[in-house]
Amino acid sequence: MPINELDPTKWVESYSDYLYNYTIVRVNDHEIAQDLISETFLAGLKSKNNFKGEATERTWLISILKRKIIDHYRKINSNKGKAEVRMQYTDEDSEGDWLEEKVSDPFDKTAEDQMENEELGTAIFGCLDGLPDKQATIFRMKTIDGFDTEAICNEFDITPSNLWVIIHRARKAMADCLETNWF
Amino acid sequence: MSIKLECHEANHVCDKNQYKEATFWEKVRLNIHLIYCRACRQYTARNTKLSKAIKNPKVKTISVADKEALQEKLQRELSK
Repeated sequence: MPINELDPTKWVESYSDYLYNYTIVRVNDHEIAQDLISETFLAGLKSKNNFKGEATERTWLISILKRKIIDHYRKINSNKGKAEVRMQYTDEDSEGDWLEEKVSDPFDKTAEDQMENEELGTAIFGCLDGLPDKQATIFRMKTIDGFDTEAICNEFDITPSNLWVIIHRARKAMADCLETNWF
Repeated sequence: MSIKLECHEANHVCDKNQYKEATFWEKVRLNIHLIYCRACRQYTARNTKLSKAIKNPKVKTISVADKEALQEKLQRELSK
C-alpha cells in the first residue's frame, strides 16, 4: 500500500471546495463553514505528525472537520434556553383552526428532491479529486470558474483541440464517477 | 461540407455545446447525427446531466478571495 503524505501547501487549492460543500450542508451558514474549514486546516497542520499515512489526505481532513462540526453543534446547543422551538399553529392569514391545512402535502416532492441535492456538491468535488491533476484543473477552470477557451489555452500553452480532448476525458470520467456515486 | 458527422466529431460538438460554444450549423448536424446514433445519444444525455448537476445552485464554491485569505493564514502558520 502506498504511504500517503501530507502537503499542506496544496490543501486550500485541492480540498477547500470539497470541505466547504461538506460543511455547508451541515451548518448552513457561509461564515461558520469557512471558519470551520480554516480551523480544520490549522488543526491538521498542528497534528501533522500524527498522520500515519494510512488514509488519504482528504479522508484525514474530513475526519478532523467532522470533529469540528460536532464541536460547533455542542457550542450552539449549550445555549439551551435560546434553542427553544416555538410552534405556531395559526397565522393571521388563515381563518379558523383547520389542522388539515397544516398537514404536509404528500404530492409535494420538491422538498425531497432538494434534500437529495444537498450532498451533490460533495459528490462532485469528491469525483473531481479523483481526476488526474491537469484534467481536474482544466475542467474546473472551464466548467466551474467559466474561463474562456482561449485564456486557458494561453495559460497552459496548449492548442484548443488539446483542450477539448482534455475536457472530453474529464467529462467522461466525471460522468462515470457520478454515475456510480450519485445518479 | 457533409451534413453527416462522425461519432468522434459529434462528441466534440456535444462537449462544445455544454459550454454554449457550438455554432448553429454544428448543432443541426449534431441533432441529425443523434437521430440515428444510439451511442452518441447516450453520451449526450450523460453529458447534459453532468452539466445540469454542476449548474445546480447547491454546488457551491469558495470565492477566490476567500481562498487566498485561507491560503495566507495557512502559509503564516506553516512558516512559524
